[in-house]
Amino acid sequence: MAVTEIEVVSEKTPERLHIEMPRRAFLLKLGFLLNGIAATMVSVPLLGYLLSAFRTDGGFTSWISLGSLATFPENQTRMAKFRNPYTRPWDGQTADIPCWVRRMEGGNFQIFAINCTHLGCPVRWFQESHLFMCPCHGGAFYEDGSHASGPPPRGLYEYKYKIEDGQLWVHGGQLPTLNQPA
Amino acid sequence: MIERLRKIAIWIDDRVYISKIFAATAGHHVPRTSGSWFYVFGSGTLLCFMIQIVTGICLALVYVPSAGQAYTSLEYLNYQQQFGWFLRAMHNWGSNFMVAIMLAHLAQVFLFGAFKYPREMTWISGVVLLLCTLGMAFTGQVLRFDQDAYWGLGIGAAMAGRVPLMGPAIVHMMLGGPIIAGETLSRFFTLHVFVIPGSILAIVSLHLRLVLTKGINEYPVPGKLVKKETYAEEYEAEIKKSGVPFFPKAISKDLIFSGLVLLGIVFCAAYFGPAGPHGIPDPTQINTAPKPDFFFLWLYGVLSLMPDYMETVVMLTAPFIVIGILFAVPFISNTGEKSPRRRPVAVLSVLLILIVLGAFNYLGTYAPWSPKMEAWTSAATPTNYLEGRSPLERQGALVFHSKQCINCHSVGGEGGLRGPVLDSVATRLTADQLVRQVIQGSGNMPAYGKNLSPSEVAALVAFMGTLHKPTEAPARDSTRPRQASTDNKQPNATAQMASTKR
Repeated sequence: MAVTEIEVVSEKTPERLHIEMPRRAFLLKLGFLLNGIAATMVSVPLLGYLLSAFRTDGGFTSWISLGSLATFPENQTRMAKFRNPYTRPWDGQTADIPCWVRRMEGGNFQIFAINCTHLGCPVRWFQESHLFMCPCHGGAFYEDGSHASGPPPRGLYEYKYKIEDGQLWVHGGQLPTLNQPA
Repeated sequence: MIERLRKIAIWIDDRVYISKIFAATAGHHVPRTSGSWFYVFGSGTLLCFMIQIVTGICLALVYVPSAGQAYTSLEYLNYQQQFGWFLRAMHNWGSNFMVAIMLAHLAQVFLFGAFKYPREMTWISGVVLLLCTLGMAFTGQVLRFDQDAYWGLGIGAAMAGRVPLMGPAIVHMMLGGPIIAGETLSRFFTLHVFVIPGSILAIVSLHLRLVLTKGINEYPVPGKLVKKETYAEEYEAEIKKSGVPFFPKAISKDLIFSGLVLLGIVFCAAYFGPAGPHGIPDPTQINTAPKPDFFFLWLYGVLSLMPDYMETVVMLTAPFIVIGILFAVPFISNTGEKSPRRRPVAVLSVLLILIVLGAFNYLGTYAPWSPKMEAWTSAATPTNYLEGRSPLERQGALVFHSKQCINCHSVGGEGGLRGPVLDSVATRLTADQLVRQVIQGSGNMPAYGKNLSPSEVAALVAFMGTLHKPTEAPARDSTRPRQASTDNKQPNATAQMASTKR
């Protein structure tokens, strides 16, 4: 192909050749430019779509009721669950989030995330020894959530709570991690 | 008739160059020495990949990548869909075989110096394929959307969440939202079914193309050094002198190995059946002990045994260092000796890595660092630890169970291995030291001071004071005068000693 092209060009007069080359160069540049503009127009929505998940300030958390205060006896730690405020219809059970509710004397509560602060496994409460134990790598926490032993770098994550209309409310909606505790 | 068919065949070949493509690929000449049993792992890996594509497409016909329904569709595949269980098992065993054979391929090309000049890019594309395959293994484990998958994602998120500053954003990116839910599964499905397999197809093409252009590595001969100036000529000469067409002269061992691999996968699939799913992915079902598949068990072990002060740094940098070293291998040692007989450091490195990974994987299978969460209600106290004991000591045995001590400490082979085995604890600690250890804890043991009454502590320590072999005397406090038999009384021990005296 290239050979025939050169032959065709060489048939032309030097003046014609002189005009033709800048025209081809111009067309090439125009082609790049057009595709560049098109690529930008395609990539803006594409990247916006993909990178939207980077946002962590999308108002994912809110107050959720855990039910009447009466379901949490004093000096006991019980599991409670709530439907995550940010869900999709196809989330199934995965949007049911468990947490540990510790009621101390009176209206003082502590609400712990289920996730161990080491690597996120579900900690279990042991009423008899007043410990939370993690089944994965052996982390243990005292009843107030503070670190008792094992590899976790800190105590259990604690959700904010409030009491309103005789109900206990938890401020949740986000998987807690080390740099973004509940 | 035959003449007409022949004409059609020639016409097709003339238009699409089948015979030329064949001659340039399967028919290309390779060194006679590379038709060796050591050279079968690459084609074996490729075969596994093809099985994964075929079985994967079939599974995708039924599987529903929705957090709410994936589990049900897996159960449907197992129990309703005809041969669904078998295809799931094939896909699972295909992946196990693929990882294993790929690692064998990696070790072989490393030991045979195949990464050296001029095959650096073959090695590098191979490393990318290794990473893609491990990516397939992890994302595939997630698609088996059960409890292990759910908490495995949680572990991944917890690791990513440790990245300074960017951590929360990366976790959101990984999960596709604030929690592990529908969008998380969708994006792992996309990675597992579109993105990574597409990349693998592209990179395998490059990898094979490089095998054709730069030639397959000749069987290394000790003392025959790779020199940049002469290697290409020498290789050409060897091909000219003793080269054989890959098909049909060098392919037979690959064929036999591939056949065996296929049979192995079919056999394992039929015999062991599909893996899981284990337990619905419901985060409120917390009575679970998540565990990764075997190719990540070593990682599970490493994460458990690493001192916690270095954990974050190691988690976030080690993968990049390891991958960096893998990429750098052909540039660290680019020329010179290829034969493993003259490269002791290479051989020892492979052995060391194998032993380390093997040891961690072995530890991962029984996870001595994890408490046995059910031991306190399910484990039995050995009768010989109760026989002839005083009521207080027996009460202590009860405390030992009911306060979950046994979840981390084993006696008589029952219980957790998180803490020291206590069968002979009385020979190591005196009663006073036991009291202190129980009440204050230390290092890896929680302090039980607030959760045990004084009488429970007394009973527990009395029980532990009996835990020693009859032939070994219990530890005693050297600052106190020795008392013959009153404190730390050992019914078994005294009985035994009495009988031996007689």
